[in-house]
Amino acid sequence: MSETSVAKKARPLSPHLQVYRLPLPAVSSITHRFTGIALTVGTLVLTWWLVAAASGPDDFDTAQHVLGSPIGLLCLLGWTWAFGYHLLKGIQHLIWDTGTGITNASAQRSSALVFGGSFVLTAIVWIAAFAL
Amino acid sequence: MASTSDNGFRTRLGRVRGLGSAKSGGAHWLAYRMVAVLLVPLTVWFLISIVRLAKAEHADAIAWVHQPVNAVLLLITLIATFHHAAAGMREVYEDYIHGKLARLIAIGLTNGAAILLAAASVFAVLKIAFGA
Repeated sequence: MSETSVAKKARPLSPHLQVYRLPLPAVSSITHRFTGIALTVGTLVLTWWLVAAASGPDDFDTAQHVLGSPIGLLCLLGWTWAFGYHLLKGIQHLIWDTGTGITNASAQRSSALVFGGSFVLTAIVWIAAFAL
Repeated sequence: MASTSDNGFRTRLGRVRGLGSAKSGGAHWLAYRMVAVLLVPLTVWFLISIVRLAKAEHADAIAWVHQPVNAVLLLITLIATFHHAAAGMREVYEDYIHGKLARLIAIGLTNGAAILLAAASVFAVLKIAFGA
Protein backbone atom coordinates (compact mmCIF):
# COMPACT_ATOMS: atom_id res chain seq x y z
CA MET A 1 0.00 0.00 0.00
CA SER A 2 2.79 2.34 0.87
CA GLU A 3 4.41 1.42 -2.45
CA THR A 4 1.42 2.49 -4.50
CA SER A 5 1.10 5.77 -2.65
CA VAL A 6 4.79 6.48 -3.30
CA ALA A 7 4.34 5.63 -6.99
CA LYS A 8 1.21 7.79 -7.25
CA LYS A 9 3.03 10.78 -5.84
CA ALA A 10 5.63 10.57 -8.64
CA ARG A 11 8.18 12.45 -6.63
CA PRO A 12 10.92 14.19 -8.61
CA LEU A 13 14.07 12.09 -8.75
CA SER A 14 17.58 13.26 -8.11
CA PRO A 15 19.48 13.90 -11.33
CA HIS A 16 21.67 10.97 -12.37
CA LEU A 17 25.08 12.57 -11.97
CA GLN A 18 26.78 10.65 -14.80
CA VAL A 19 24.38 11.82 -17.50
CA TYR A 20 23.03 15.05 -16.05
CA ARG A 21 24.72 18.23 -17.19
CA LEU A 22 25.12 20.17 -13.97
CA PRO A 23 23.97 23.79 -14.14
CA LEU A 24 26.65 26.40 -13.49
CA PRO A 25 25.57 27.16 -9.89
CA ALA A 26 25.80 23.40 -9.11
CA VAL A 27 29.32 23.15 -10.58
CA SER A 28 30.15 26.31 -8.69
CA SER A 29 28.82 24.82 -5.46
CA ILE A 30 30.83 21.61 -5.61
CA THR A 31 33.92 23.61 -6.60
CA HIS A 32 33.46 25.60 -3.39
CA ARG A 33 33.72 22.33 -1.46
CA PHE A 34 36.76 21.10 -3.38
CA THR A 35 38.60 24.40 -2.95
CA GLY A 36 37.74 24.36 0.76
CA ILE A 37 39.21 20.89 1.15
CA ALA A 38 42.31 21.89 -0.84
CA LEU A 39 42.77 24.98 1.32
CA THR A 40 42.42 22.87 4.47
CA VAL A 41 45.29 20.72 3.20
CA GLY A 42 47.14 23.98 2.50
CA THR A 43 47.00 24.92 6.19
CA LEU A 44 49.55 22.12 6.72
CA VAL A 45 52.00 23.97 4.47
CA LEU A 46 51.19 27.31 6.11
CA THR A 47 51.93 25.84 9.55
CA TRP A 48 55.13 24.25 8.28
CA TRP A 49 56.26 27.58 6.78
CA LEU A 50 55.62 29.47 10.05
CA VAL A 51 57.30 26.81 12.18
CA ALA A 52 60.29 26.86 9.80
CA ALA A 53 60.48 30.65 10.11
CA ALA A 54 60.42 30.36 13.90
CA SER A 55 63.07 27.65 14.03
CA GLY A 56 65.74 29.60 12.15
CA PRO A 57 67.29 30.69 8.84
CA ASP A 58 68.30 27.18 7.72
CA ASP A 59 64.85 25.65 8.07
CA PHE A 60 63.25 28.75 6.58
CA ASP A 61 65.56 28.60 3.54
CA THR A 62 64.61 24.95 3.07
CA ALA A 63 60.92 25.87 3.18
CA GLN A 64 61.40 28.77 0.75
CA HIS A 65 63.44 26.50 -1.53
CA VAL A 66 60.75 23.79 -1.60
CA LEU A 67 57.96 26.33 -2.15
CA GLY A 68 60.03 28.01 -4.88
CA SER A 69 60.62 24.75 -6.78
CA PRO A 70 58.49 24.07 -9.89
CA ILE A 71 56.18 21.69 -7.98
CA GLY A 72 56.04 24.11 -5.05
CA LEU A 73 55.10 27.00 -7.33
CA LEU A 74 52.48 24.87 -9.07
CA CYS A 75 50.92 24.03 -5.69
CA LEU A 76 51.02 27.69 -4.66
CA LEU A 77 49.38 28.67 -7.95
CA GLY A 78 46.64 26.12 -7.32
CA TRP A 79 46.16 27.30 -3.76
CA THR A 80 46.03 30.93 -4.90
CA TRP A 81 43.21 30.11 -7.31
CA ALA A 82 41.47 27.93 -4.69
CA PHE A 83 41.74 30.79 -2.21
CA GLY A 84 40.42 33.38 -4.67
CA TYR A 85 37.57 31.10 -5.64
CA HIS A 86 36.66 30.14 -2.06
CA LEU A 87 36.78 33.80 -1.00
CA LEU A 88 34.44 34.97 -3.77
CA LYS A 89 32.12 31.98 -3.45
CA GLY A 90 32.08 32.49 0.31
CA ILE A 91 31.04 36.12 -0.16
CA GLN A 92 28.28 34.92 -2.50
CA HIS A 93 27.08 32.49 0.19
CA LEU A 94 27.14 35.21 2.86
CA ILE A 95 25.02 37.39 0.56
CA TRP A 96 22.67 34.44 -0.03
CA ASP A 97 22.39 33.99 3.75
CA THR A 98 20.73 37.42 3.88
CA GLY A 99 18.12 36.19 1.37
CA THR A 100 19.45 38.31 -1.49
CA GLY A 101 20.07 37.05 -5.03
CA ILE A 102 18.41 33.66 -4.73
CA THR A 103 16.83 33.39 -8.18
CA ASN A 104 17.93 31.19 -11.06
CA ALA A 105 19.01 34.15 -13.17
CA SER A 106 20.86 35.85 -10.34
CA ALA A 107 22.60 32.65 -9.21
CA GLN A 108 23.67 32.00 -12.80
CA ARG A 109 25.16 35.48 -13.09
CA SER A 110 26.89 35.56 -9.70
CA SER A 111 28.30 32.04 -10.17
CA ALA A 112 29.83 33.10 -13.50
CA LEU A 113 31.21 36.15 -11.71
CA VAL A 114 32.78 33.94 -9.03
CA PHE A 115 34.52 31.78 -11.66
CA GLY A 116 35.70 34.78 -13.68
CA GLY A 117 36.77 36.71 -10.59
CA SER A 118 38.80 33.80 -9.24
CA PHE A 119 40.99 33.77 -12.36
CA VAL A 120 41.37 37.55 -12.32
CA LEU A 121 42.40 37.46 -8.65
CA THR A 122 44.92 34.68 -9.30
CA ALA A 123 46.43 36.67 -12.19
CA ILE A 124 46.67 39.84 -10.09
CA VAL A 125 48.35 38.03 -7.19
CA TRP A 126 50.94 36.30 -9.37
CA ILE A 127 51.74 39.34 -11.47
CA ALA A 128 52.18 41.32 -8.24
CA ALA A 129 54.32 38.58 -6.66
CA PHE A 130 56.73 38.56 -9.60
CA ALA A 131 56.71 42.31 -10.19
CA LEU A 132 57.38 43.34 -6.59
CA MET B 1 -3.98 9.26 4.14
CA ALA B 2 -0.77 11.04 3.30
CA SER B 3 -2.38 14.41 3.76
CA THR B 4 -2.91 13.87 7.50
CA SER B 5 0.81 14.23 8.15
CA ASP B 6 0.98 17.70 6.66
CA ASN B 7 -2.47 19.07 7.42
CA GLY B 8 -2.67 22.78 7.93
CA PHE B 9 -4.36 22.66 11.33
CA ARG B 10 -1.22 21.89 13.24
CA THR B 11 0.87 24.80 14.43
CA ARG B 12 4.48 25.15 13.37
CA LEU B 13 5.58 24.28 16.90
CA GLY B 14 3.31 21.24 16.97
CA ARG B 15 4.82 19.95 13.76
CA VAL B 16 8.43 20.00 14.98
CA ARG B 17 7.80 19.01 18.61
CA GLY B 18 9.21 15.59 19.44
CA LEU B 19 11.48 15.49 16.39
CA GLY B 20 14.56 16.22 18.49
CA SER B 21 16.06 19.48 19.64
CA ALA B 22 18.40 21.65 17.62
CA LYS B 23 20.71 21.81 20.64
CA SER B 24 23.61 24.11 19.77
CA GLY B 25 23.14 23.86 16.01
CA GLY B 26 22.16 27.53 15.77
CA ALA B 27 25.23 28.71 17.65
CA HIS B 28 27.47 26.49 15.54
CA TRP B 29 25.93 27.84 12.32
CA LEU B 30 26.26 31.44 13.47
CA ALA B 31 29.87 31.02 14.65
CA TYR B 32 30.77 29.50 11.27
CA ARG B 33 29.25 32.53 9.49
CA MET B 34 30.76 35.14 11.80
CA VAL B 35 34.23 33.66 11.48
CA ALA B 36 33.75 33.53 7.69
CA VAL B 37 32.90 37.25 7.62
CA LEU B 38 35.98 37.95 9.75
CA LEU B 39 38.15 35.91 7.38
CA VAL B 40 37.25 38.03 4.34
CA PRO B 41 39.36 41.07 5.32
CA LEU B 42 41.92 39.01 7.27
CA THR B 43 42.79 36.62 4.47
CA VAL B 44 42.97 39.44 1.92
CA TRP B 45 45.42 41.22 4.24
CA PHE B 46 47.36 37.98 4.68
CA LEU B 47 47.54 37.33 0.95
CA ILE B 48 48.82 40.84 0.23
CA SER B 49 51.44 40.42 2.98
CA ILE B 50 52.53 37.02 1.69
CA VAL B 51 52.88 38.35 -1.86
CA ARG B 52 55.20 41.04 -0.53
CA LEU B 53 57.20 38.34 1.29
CA ALA B 54 57.39 36.09 -1.78
CA LYS B 55 61.14 36.51 -2.23
CA ALA B 56 61.83 37.21 1.43
CA GLU B 57 64.99 36.22 3.21
CA HIS B 58 64.59 34.84 6.72
CA ALA B 59 65.38 38.24 8.27
CA ASP B 60 62.63 39.93 6.23
CA ALA B 61 60.00 37.39 7.29
CA ILE B 62 61.09 37.63 10.94
CA ALA B 63 60.98 41.43 10.80
CA TRP B 64 57.46 41.29 9.39
CA VAL B 65 56.13 38.97 12.13
CA HIS B 66 58.00 41.08 14.71
CA GLN B 67 55.69 44.04 14.02
CA PRO B 68 53.01 43.87 16.78
CA VAL B 69 50.17 44.70 14.35
CA ASN B 70 51.22 41.91 12.01
CA ALA B 71 51.67 39.41 14.84
CA VAL B 72 48.24 40.14 16.32
CA LEU B 73 46.47 40.03 12.95
CA LEU B 74 48.34 36.84 12.09
CA LEU B 75 47.24 35.17 15.34
CA ILE B 76 43.59 36.06 14.72
CA THR B 77 43.86 34.92 11.09
CA LEU B 78 45.34 31.56 12.13
CA ILE B 79 42.76 30.81 14.82
CA ALA B 80 39.88 31.88 12.57
CA THR B 81 41.29 29.83 9.67
CA PHE B 82 41.55 26.62 11.68
CA HIS B 83 38.09 27.13 13.18
CA HIS B 84 36.67 27.68 9.68
CA ALA B 85 38.56 24.71 8.18
CA ALA B 86 37.36 22.34 10.94
CA ALA B 87 33.76 23.59 10.63
CA GLY B 88 33.86 23.25 6.85
CA MET B 89 35.34 19.76 6.88
CA ARG B 90 32.71 18.76 9.43
CA GLU B 91 29.97 19.80 6.99
CA VAL B 92 31.58 17.69 4.28
CA TYR B 93 31.72 14.66 6.59
CA GLU B 94 28.13 15.17 7.71
CA ASP B 95 27.00 15.17 4.08
CA TYR B 96 29.05 12.26 2.75
CA ILE B 97 29.96 9.91 5.61
CA HIS B 98 26.85 7.96 6.49
CA GLY B 99 28.21 5.62 9.20
CA LYS B 100 27.71 7.27 12.58
CA LEU B 101 30.96 6.03 14.11
CA ALA B 102 33.06 6.76 11.00
CA ARG B 103 31.63 10.28 10.88
CA LEU B 104 32.37 10.84 14.55
CA ILE B 105 35.95 9.61 14.11
CA ALA B 106 36.49 11.84 11.06
CA ILE B 107 35.16 14.91 12.86
CA GLY B 108 37.18 14.11 15.98
CA LEU B 109 40.44 13.56 14.09
CA THR B 110 39.94 16.74 12.06
CA ASN B 111 39.21 18.81 15.17
CA GLY B 112 42.26 17.33 16.86
CA ALA B 113 44.46 18.10 13.86
CA ALA B 114 43.07 21.63 13.67
CA ILE B 115 43.84 22.25 17.35
CA LEU B 116 47.37 20.82 16.95
CA LEU B 117 48.13 22.90 13.83
CA ALA B 118 46.60 26.02 15.36
CA ALA B 119 48.72 25.60 18.49
CA ALA B 120 51.90 24.95 16.48
CA SER B 121 51.40 27.94 14.18
CA VAL B 122 50.38 30.27 17.03
CA PHE B 123 53.43 29.15 19.01
CA ALA B 124 55.66 29.81 15.98
CA VAL B 125 54.26 33.35 15.60
CA LEU B 126 54.64 34.08 19.33
CA LYS B 127 58.20 32.74 19.34
CA ILE B 128 59.14 35.11 16.52
CA ALA B 129 57.14 38.02 17.95
CA PHE B 130 58.84 37.72 21.34
CA GLY B 131 62.18 37.52 19.58
CA ALA B 132 63.55 34.09 20.39
